[in-house]
This record gives sequence, C-alpha cells and structure tokens, in this order.
Amino acid sequence: MLLRHTSKEVKEREGLTINPAKTCQPIGAMYAALGIHGCLPHSHGSQGCCSYHRSTLTRHYKEPVMAATSSFTEGASVFGGQANLLAAIDTIFAVYDPDIIAVHSTCLSETIGDDLQQITKKASDDGKIPDGKYVIYASTPSFVGSHVTGYANMVAGMANQFAESTGEKKSQYNMIAGWMEPSDMREIKRLAKEMGINIVLFPDTSDVLDAPQTGKHVFYPKGGTTVAELKSSGDSLASFALGSISAEPAAIALEKKCKVPFETLDIPIGLSATDRFIMAISKMAKIEVPDEITAERGRLVDVMADMEQYLHGKRVALFGDPDQLLPLTEFLLDLSMKPVHIVSGTPGQRFDKEMRVMLEKRSPETKFKSGLGADMFLLHQWMKNEPVDLLIGNTYGKYMARDEDIPFIRFGFPILDRIGHSYFPNIGYNGSLRLLEKILNVLMDRQDRDALEEKFELVM
Amino acid sequence: MEANKIIPDPAQVREELIEKYPAKVAKKRSKSIIINDPDTIPEVQANVRTVPGIITQRGCSYAGCKGVVLGPTRDIVNIVHGPIGCSFYAWLTRRNQTRPESPEDANYIPYCFSTDMQEENIVFGGEKKLKIAIQEAYDLFHPTSIAIFSTCPVGLIGDDVHAAAREMKEKFGDCNVFGFSCEGYRGVSQSAGHHIANNGVFKHMVGRNNEVKEGQFKLNLLGEYNIGGDAFEIERIFKRVGITLVASFSGNSTVGAIENSHTADLNVILCHRSINYMGDMMETKYGIPWMKINFVGAESTAKSLRKIGEYFGDEGLKARIEAVISEEMPKVKAAVAEILPRTKGKTAMLFVGGSRAHHYQDLFSELGMTTVAAGYEFAHRDDYEGRQVLPGIKVDADSKNIEELKVVADPELYKQRKTEAELAELKEKGLEINGYEGMMKQMTKKSLVVDDLSHYESEKLIEIYKPDIFCAGIKEKYVVQKMGIPLKQLHSYDYGGPYTGFEGAVNFYKDIDRMVNNPVWKLIKAPWEKKSTGLAASYVTQ
Ligand code: SF4
Ligand code: SF4
Repeated sequence: MLLRHTSKEVKEREGLTINPAKTCQPIGAMYAALGIHGCLPHSHGSQGCCSYHRSTLTRHYKEPVMAATSSFTEGASVFGGQANLLAAIDTIFAVYDPDIIAVHSTCLSETIGDDLQQITKKASDDGKIPDGKYVIYASTPSFVGSHVTGYANMVAGMANQFAESTGEKKSQYNMIAGWMEPSDMREIKRLAKEMGINIVLFPDTSDVLDAPQTGKHVFYPKGGTTVAELKSSGDSLASFALGSISAEPAAIALEKKCKVPFETLDIPIGLSATDRFIMAISKMAKIEVPDEITAERGRLVDVMADMEQYLHGKRVALFGDPDQLLPLTEFLLDLSMKPVHIVSGTPGQRFDKEMRVMLEKRSPETKFKSGLGADMFLLHQWMKNEPVDLLIGNTYGKYMARDEDIPFIRFGFPILDRIGHSYFPNIGYNGSLRLLEKILNVLMDRQDRDALEEKFELVM
Repeated sequence: MEANKIIPDPAQVREELIEKYPAKVAKKRSKSIIINDPDTIPEVQANVRTVPGIITQRGCSYAGCKGVVLGPTRDIVNIVHGPIGCSFYAWLTRRNQTRPESPEDANYIPYCFSTDMQEENIVFGGEKKLKIAIQEAYDLFHPTSIAIFSTCPVGLIGDDVHAAAREMKEKFGDCNVFGFSCEGYRGVSQSAGHHIANNGVFKHMVGRNNEVKEGQFKLNLLGEYNIGGDAFEIERIFKRVGITLVASFSGNSTVGAIENSHTADLNVILCHRSINYMGDMMETKYGIPWMKINFVGAESTAKSLRKIGEYFGDEGLKARIEAVISEEMPKVKAAVAEILPRTKGKTAMLFVGGSRAHHYQDLFSELGMTTVAAGYEFAHRDDYEGRQVLPGIKVDADSKNIEELKVVADPELYKQRKTEAELAELKEKGLEINGYEGMMKQMTKKSLVVDDLSHYESEKLIEIYKPDIFCAGIKEKYVVQKMGIPLKQLHSYDYGGPYTGFEGAVNFYKDIDRMVNNPVWKLIKAPWEKKSTGLAASYVTQ
C-alpha cells in the first residue's frame, strides 16, 4: 500500500493538513499572468517559490514557463524587498525585454509588508519602466485562500490596471476566464465565434502554454490577451465572469472602474452549465442560438441517453477547485451518477452555499467539505468507509486510486503524469462529451477487466 | 555519425553571454563564466547571490534541506511549518524511491504534512498550531521521529520551532522531534539548506544507537538520494562484493540506520556538495575518515570499488571486487560497442545541481561524447576547483548566518579508524581521502565553466555551440527542446534510471542513444518549410 498509514477512523484535526487539496496563491497569479501577451510573471520573494511554481506549471504543461524572481536573501527579508524589486525591474527590461512585468507577492514579502503598489509606482517615478511598457502587480499572500485566490487576484489586477473607458462603447463582451486550461480558453473563443459575438477573453493562455514545436524557443509566444484588448475591456458592453471565485473579482473591478455590467456564470463544464452559458450569451447579446450549437448539444445528450446504463448510480469521489467542482458535480448528477464525497482545500462561503443548495435538492447524502481540514487524507478516509466506483481529481489522486483499486480520471490542477488537458477541452458541449467519453472508458474498461468469462461482453 | 564539431572560441563566447546585461550585472556574471584550464585551474565565482530579475535555475534553502537531504528517509514524519505551498510542491516530486522491508514498515514518503498557516498564525504566531500539528501526527501515526521544517515566514514572525520540538519530544518520550531553521531566504540557494540539514541530522540523529551490528567492511554511503533507484543498484553491487552498508544519507534510508551510522568504518561520498559537512563532522567526532567516490559511470564505479578495497586493505575483498568487476563489465562493454558508433563525437552540456554536472561527464565520455560546457546550480568553489581552495574562500554575509557546529571528539565513541600515516599512504595511492578534486580538473582545456547559469545564457550557449544534448532540470527541459535539442533531466532522470553502477550505466547509454538519435528531431520542419530540399528543388533538378 502506498498510503499505508491512512486509517478508516476519522478524527477531527486542527493543526495538521495531510495531503492538501490546494496549493498557494502565487502559482495561480503566475499562471494567469502567462495569459497576457508579452508578459513576464515576476515572483517577489525568495527564489524557492518561483522555482517551485515554475516547476509545477512546467510539469503540468510540458512547456516552457518563464518567470523571474526578486531572489531575496536574509538582508532583503530584514530590510524589505524594495531594492530587490527595483533591481529586478532593471534587469528584466534589459535582458528579457517583456512588454509587461506582472509582479505577485509571496508569503515572505507579504509578511515583511512590502507594498507592491508603492514599489511599482516608485519604479515608474524613477523612470525604470520604458515607454510603452508596464509593470502590474497583485498581492497574493499564501496564508489566505489558495492557488485559486491568487489566480483571481492577478486577473482582477489586469482589469484594474489596464481597463480604460473612453466613453464610447465597443460592440464586444468581456469573457473573464476562470481557472481553466488553454484548450478550454480556445474552446470559449470558438463558441463565441459560433454564437457570433466579439469577445475580449482574459487571461488567455492558448498559444502560450500549448505552443508548437518549431525548432525555436519563442520567449513570448503568439498567444495571450494583448494590452490593447485589456484596455478596451473598459468599453465592452458587458462582462461574463466564468467562475465565482476565480473570475468574478475581475468583473467587479471592471464594473467599479469602468461601469461595465457583468453576469457571473459557472465554468461551462457539463450540459446544464453549458446551457446556461449559451443562454446567457443569447440573452445578453439578443441573438438566436445557431443550429450548429444546438447540434453539438444534441450529440452530447444523445450519448448521455444511449449510455445511461453504464453511468446510473455509479458512486464518485471528487476533489479539486470550487469553480470546477460545482459544474462537474452538476454534470455527474445530470448523468444520473452519484457524487458521494466532495473535497476542496479552497475555502469559500458562497461556494459552500451553492454546493449545499444543489446537493440538498439532488443528492442530500453527499459528504462535502471545503477549506481548512478538507484534504485528501480526509477524502481517502471517507472512501475507505463508504467506497466509490470512480475517483476524479488531480494527479495526486492516483495513489488513492491504486490503493483502493478504483478507476481514476485526472481532472483539475495539477496533472503531472498525463497529457491532453492542454490540447483537448473539457468545457462546452464538445468538451463535456470528451469528459463523458473518459468516464465511460474507465468504467467500461473496469467492467471488462472484472467480468466473469461468461459475462464478458463483445457489444456494450 | 557526425564529424567532430568545431568548438567555438570560449573568450568570444563569454563576451557574447554578458553583452546584453546592464554593466553591473555583466561585471558580476563575468566572474562566474570561466575558460577552463585543467593544469592551472582558474578561480570561479560561486555560491554568491543571484542578481534579482535573472531567470535562475536555483531554488531555496528549504528545498535543499527538506527536499534533498531529509526527504528520502522513509520513516520520518516531515511536517512543513508554513503556508501550504512549500509543502505541496515538495510532495513526491523528487522521485526518492524507497523500499520498506515489509508491508507493515513505516513509509511516509507518499504523504505531505503541513501546518497550512493562516493569516491569524502569521499575525499572532504559529507555534501553538505547530504543536497541535505535532501532537496530531503523533496520535495518528506514532512515528519514531518527527521533523519540522521552517519556511520563509516562520523565521520572520519569530516562531521557535526548536523549542516546540524539544517540548513535544519531552512530552512524548518515545518519539524524537527536531526542527530545522531552513527558511527559504537563508543563504543563496539550496546549498544553505544542505548545510542546515547536515547539522540537524548530525545533532539529532547520528549516534543515538550504539549497537555494533554484524558485518564486515562497514561503510556509509553519503550524498546518494536514490533518484530512480540509484541506491538499489549500488546496494546490489555492495552485496555482491561483500561490503556492509550501515546507513545511506539518505537514499532508501531509515531513521534506525542513520542513528547507527557512527558504527561504520568509512564514509564514502557521492555528492560532495550536499553532504561534505557530515563527512567532516563524523570524522572529528567519531574518527571515521571520508573518501570521495563516484558510482556514476561504469569505469568510475569500478575505480571507486577498487578504492574501497584499497581502504579496507583486505585481499579477500579486493579479489571479490575484481571478480565482480570482470563479471559486470562485459555487459557494459557490449552496450558501449553497440551504441558508441551512434554517439561518438557528439557534444553535451551539463548545468545542474552541485555534483551531477561533474559526475555525468564520465558517462558521456564512455559514450565518446565531449562535454563542451558545464556548471553547477548551487555549488561552491571547491566543487569546481577542488577542496584545496577551501581555506581561501571568504565567508560572505549570506553564508555567515549558517551555523558551523563546533564538533569535538566524542570521549567514548571516538575511535580513530586509520592513523595519519595510514591515511597518508592511501592518499599516495590516489584515494581521495577527505578530499575532492572538483570538476574542472577533469574537463578539457578551453571548455566553458559557468556557475548559476541564467536562462538567457543557456539560450545563447545553445545557439553558439548547438550541442547534441543538454542536461539540466525540469524548468529548462521544454525550453531547450523547443530549440530542437533534447534535454536530459539530471534531477529526475526524466522518470528513468537507475544510472549508477554497471546496470545504471547501460540504462544511461540507451537513454542517451534514444534521445540524440530520435527521429523526431528531424521531423520538426514541415515539408513545405524546408528550403531547397523541398518539392520545388527536386522538380527543378529532374
Ligand atoms: S507557501 Fe509561501 S513560501 Fe511557500 S511556495 Fe508558496 S509563496 Fe512560497
Ligand atoms: S545530485 Fe544534485 S540535487 Fe542531488 S544532492 Fe547532489 S547536487 Fe543536490
């Protein structure tokens, strides 16, 4: 057994987190910043954080992940990191020549009390920021929230620090991407095009973290939301925030700063969430849903109907991030499956409430916990007490899946041991169909593996 | 097979590497970019701060302490005191393989423990939460040892992890609890963390169990972390020749073995950078000499075994070592004979760690490949130039704060294993007793040595030298591969290995052959992107 010390008996813990179902803010900020074209993320702290965040993102994407660090030493930790950040800004513009440096803090600089707004202002006052270039920032203390919070803070920072309203509205909508993969962002753009609306999607990591092999390393790949687009987001007709934790703060910032109204939606994972996404666009932009989209939906429902016998009542344990877990759980319920245990290390009152309301209505016996104490160790203990047929979560789930001998689908962040997530979307009707195919494959493979010889089916 | 490449003029390369830097940065970097001369080894600036804003390979002290040195021991509960991230990122990512003797034996390596500090712990202090966490770990698992690792904010808010550890240790009575002040800002790289870890392991673990166990030719293997099963291969060879491995620091190790390690008669050191402090301290306190060896490379393995035989001076052991070498070598030779024609004349660059950039050159030379440039990520001058430079190294502000333990001979346990005269005689025979010659002595004249290579410099080097393979870590992997050059990860081995010993060497040859000769590198350009060799050209010539 890999997790041989995990016992069945659940004891309340107050001090010790074991096998966390979350990580820290800065990595989210770094990921978000990679979704701006020509941007170099910068980690204001000691080297280790930056190295860890780059490594984890690299393992997840199998792509270059460039970011710089303020390389704090003991002196900086005592006297403050201003000198390090100012020096870093000089070096970065001279050597790596980005259009934008996106600075995020770490628990070290937050504990010291470095004020990123003040330091970046000083950099600008001292003439360290070349004409036409930008330094933006987000405060991302790791002792608050999780990686999702860090992502949200950086995206809100983009809105706050770039959006402008010229007084003249543009015929476009903002799509504020909650934490999702480059493939999902690409799919959002395709769906918007099908629907016939112009969008500013931010951040946008497609064509950044799924760059082609060309024999050249392009330091700033062609993808990413441009500064011009970000600026124009203040003139958009409305914003759609995809995810209440990871995207809504940016929508609120835009409303405050540029009076752009917004609607918050779930990330369109699964049938119902995608329905709401399409309906919201259709309503807001006053357009009919094109036949092609209806056909995409129809194909998904068709498979759901045809294969329901393999799905009904199957018990699922899942862990991950709030903005994904809500629509994913809803999808499982639409598939007539049974989410039995749900865990997220990310805290959120609204998330808790929305999840509980949904579960009360559709699956009251489901166990659900988020925030402190909601870790994979607890999830594993729950699974030992009430076994499941399927586990869905990030790569770390493979240890539980192997020990308990249950099928496992990799979903969420990080996925360190498989490819696909950056190339094939899990959102929209098509993406949901792919997710459904994955679920069916692992369940049916298991049925095949375990079937008695006389019950081994050719046609399924 | 490609013809030998023309090596560019290193002096000019150096100019190109620093050209784009602001003047102050250029000046600093130029001292770390050195043209090698193995006969009169020049000075390399190493173990100094990385310039802020430079994209560096380096990590932090915590990574060196928890990740590298303590991580591989399977039966310690390692609690990271800090916000969640640091513990999360170090969770299983280093591939320290371990093989508990039975399904009942403790193994906490697949687990991640953290105090997950919240804002109120930062504001009001986190010691209380830490003690609760230690108690909970004890209640849940009843481990023999619990170690605490401090991350960046801990030192700043003044949490005393050592006091907490002492208190809990006393309270439990049957569980050793100890702490490490390895906050990420200490020192300039992982290296500070190695030193801190050595100190802690020496203070809190070594010497707790004086039982002298059975076995002949007892040694400890230091600076070997069982990435990809390296330790398993070394253990296999030791077993064949009849060497007793008392403890490993720390691949595939247990608390019990480390606590008993002072009963060995020799320490052999693989990664000098990460563990040389331990060698020195154990010699002073217990009288065990240390010797630099290298099990990376088949020839080096044979050589190292012979040195061990020489140290123990036992004819039986020496004969067994010769017998094993002659049994193991034919497989290695056969692999080389098959692969060498495809690798000979190719070039490699190695920029990684604190010892691997040196040792892996042996494997490349067995493949007929030349190392044109190399450097470490977090080594010191002695790892480049040899230990004789140690007395001349100035201790700067960043290293000054890392504790140097005052070690004296143990009144009861000190036992001089070899007299000064015996040691001198062994040194005469070429054994690196308490010594290390460093990387540069082995590298060719005019090869380039670069410490703490930056991302920018790596791209430049690749552009200029166009090496056939580049060795570094995960952060560099896909950047370099985007340039059409295969990158071999020498931290994680790209999830392969083992690469030590005889079987490991063969694994490495095969992997390198596969990588440098992979058809994919010739498929990068689409047919319509190829100049003159494309359709149009062949049409014209027809
Ligand atoms: S928790 Fe804090 S110190 Fe650790 S990696 Fe995250 S930001 Fe860095
Ligand atoms: S091999 Fe590299 S990472 Fe491992 S201990 Fe040695 S220097 Fe450190």
